[in-house]
Amino acid sequence: MNYLASPGAIAIFICFVISVLFISFYFARKTKSATDYYAAGGSIHWSINGIAFAGDYLSAASFLGICGLIATYGFDGFLYAIGFLAGWMVALFIVAEPMKRLGKYTFTDALDSKFNSKGIKLMGAVSTLLVSMVYLIPQMVGAGTLVTPLLGLPHEAGVIMVGVIVIAIVATAGMASTTYVQFFKGALLITFSLILVFLVLSRGLSTSPERTDVAYHNLTTLKVTSISGTVVKIEDPSYKVMNLIKSKTKSYVKLSKDNIESIWTLNAPKNILEETETITQLANGFTLYNGEPKANNKFFQVGTMSELDGQKATGNTAITTGSLNPFSLVAMISNGVVTRWAHEVIKDGTNQITVYYQNPTSGKDILSPGLKYKVDPAKGATSTDRFNFVSLMLALFLGTASLPHILIRYYTVPSPSAARKSTLVAITAMAFFYILTLYMGLGAMTGGVLDLTNDNMAAPLLAKSIGIAIFAMISAIAFSTVLGTVSGLIVAASGAIAHDLMDRFFNMKLTDKKKVFAGKITAIVVGCIAMVLGILFKNMNVASLVGWAFAVAAAANFPSIIMILFWKKTTAAGVICSIVVGLISSLAIILLSQDTYTNVYNLVGVAAPIAFSNPALVGVPLSFITLIVISLFTQKSSDLKAVSGIAS
Amino acid sequence: MSHGPATEWKENQALDKKKSRLGVLMFIIYTVVYAGFILINVMDNKVMRMTIGDLNVAIVYGFGLIILALVLAIIYNQICTNAEKVSEDKGNR
Repeated sequence: MNYLASPGAIAIFICFVISVLFISFYFARKTKSATDYYAAGGSIHWSINGIAFAGDYLSAASFLGICGLIATYGFDGFLYAIGFLAGWMVALFIVAEPMKRLGKYTFTDALDSKFNSKGIKLMGAVSTLLVSMVYLIPQMVGAGTLVTPLLGLPHEAGVIMVGVIVIAIVATAGMASTTYVQFFKGALLITFSLILVFLVLSRGLSTSPERTDVAYHNLTTLKVTSISGTVVKIEDPSYKVMNLIKSKTKSYVKLSKDNIESIWTLNAPKNILEETETITQLANGFTLYNGEPKANNKFFQVGTMSELDGQKATGNTAITTGSLNPFSLVAMISNGVVTRWAHEVIKDGTNQITVYYQNPTSGKDILSPGLKYKVDPAKGATSTDRFNFVSLMLALFLGTASLPHILIRYYTVPSPSAARKSTLVAITAMAFFYILTLYMGLGAMTGGVLDLTNDNMAAPLLAKSIGIAIFAMISAIAFSTVLGTVSGLIVAASGAIAHDLMDRFFNMKLTDKKKVFAGKITAIVVGCIAMVLGILFKNMNVASLVGWAFAVAAAANFPSIIMILFWKKTTAAGVICSIVVGLISSLAIILLSQDTYTNVYNLVGVAAPIAFSNPALVGVPLSFITLIVISLFTQKSSDLKAVSGIAS
Repeated sequence: MSHGPATEWKENQALDKKKSRLGVLMFIIYTVVYAGFILINVMDNKVMRMTIGDLNVAIVYGFGLIILALVLAIIYNQICTNAEKVSEDKGNR
């Protein structure tokens, strides 16, 4: 579909950016010492830090990604919400207080607190940089993806805009300005998501959803009078039947009306043709949307209830429920049928057509697992499918407490008890938000707002269908979401280079002032690299990259954090080897997986060396085993000097 | 707002150990419930589709995991805060 920039969204976004820059320059004057720059002086109140945690963590993947996944796959999208929150249990119960007690600026400080090993400093910094970069790419790509529909600018402009603003935030006042940017973003995101859900519930469900922006496109059917071999005849004389196209599973009929071609699904048992949406790649390089150029705006938004309260939608008579509560909305969907859309690519002569066809799905299927992640062998799930599912849920559970940009937030509060309390605030805010994502996703799925070419836009488009003011606000927040998370990632990466590597690994003995200067220069460099990566990886799948970052973080960092806290025999060599094995095994699995072969390298039909795609279920145990075995072998040399010798 | 040096806190190893033990217990409780959710999904997916009132097991279990996370977090924080207060009072006496 075509997107027009909303002046309201632009105005609100500019206000947000001006406020953010004002905060940054205000704190810049107060940021003098390294503690100020890397840990906001360790003086942030736990309640502000808690919401900032939420602002840091609720990235574009949480907001746009989960809403889009729920709108497309129902309950399977909600699995991410469950896993993302579950990860905070590890953070609160195991990691929060010890992290604060053991570290100063970075999570490497905490890993190294008992050993003073150069190897740990090096590997901690490398792990922080790699995980932060893997996490940074989807955020920057997400910024570019968002800027086109929301602000009407090209992808590169979005990436550069986010890069420049974030560099300004981080290079001025480091963690202090980053904290307040994340605090405001987190608070706004949760508040306006709540308002959006309230409006969705007030509107209720309908087989022909009411929209304030454009009229909902009611789907039509055409009666088939006869089918004989490849000849199909229809009742409506205004259409000319062109030809029958058969795919492996479906039959399509190409029709022509006023010289515009359209593809219809042949429903032989019912003797009808059902409307589809198409994107046609012509041999001459042109692309047509529903048979016409993109500018004609014929590609309509979809997704609605086709059966509600036991009644089927017929003709143009809509069945509506009126206002619903959170329980009755779920119950209504569960007892109804939703028109979801599936797609396949077919050939018609020299043209390649992506056909999006109607796929009515019972509400019971939508609200149960299985539409995205195949887990039921009775429905064709293989052991690889089930392995991937368990591995993903493990990565989400263990990854959160292993993400360096989350861990550094424990150093911005004054004490371990404040670290714990701020985690509780974060969990409360996020539990509330993740419940809201289910309603935003289901609202988009049934609100006739889905753009089949871009499922990340489900939440903003849902807001657009309700009112332009809420759309402007949600769009501006969606973009600011990227700012908050990218700032946190750049602070983490800058700490890894300036503090862990330059100051501690290379022992450059920087003065406090020089340490701040080094941090600022690093932030600018990392920011520039992030911009380049955001442009280079333009076509990468955003959601899969975030899943990878969690898996890499869980495999590389989680075993070391846990074992240092709970196993006295842990040695520096064990920690170093565990990080190396965790990083290499998880990255190797990702790069050699079938998913990457098909979706990233575009090697469709080529068998990859590794069938599964999520590395956590292999990487985490491997990293644990490495740490235990190497630690046991290096027990005799576990005195500080000997270990430092091995490690360095 | 001051951004001076980080506030110092008093080390109390006995209290830290107590809080750590409680943390591990809470973690185990949540992990068992979370693992149950994953196992039911993988081993017997049909259970997730069974209805409880107007809702199904998947929705109730999913919401339950989010609410359980919140409840355990509040209980854990309350017990730790109370223990810190008791320890502080003892120290002041």
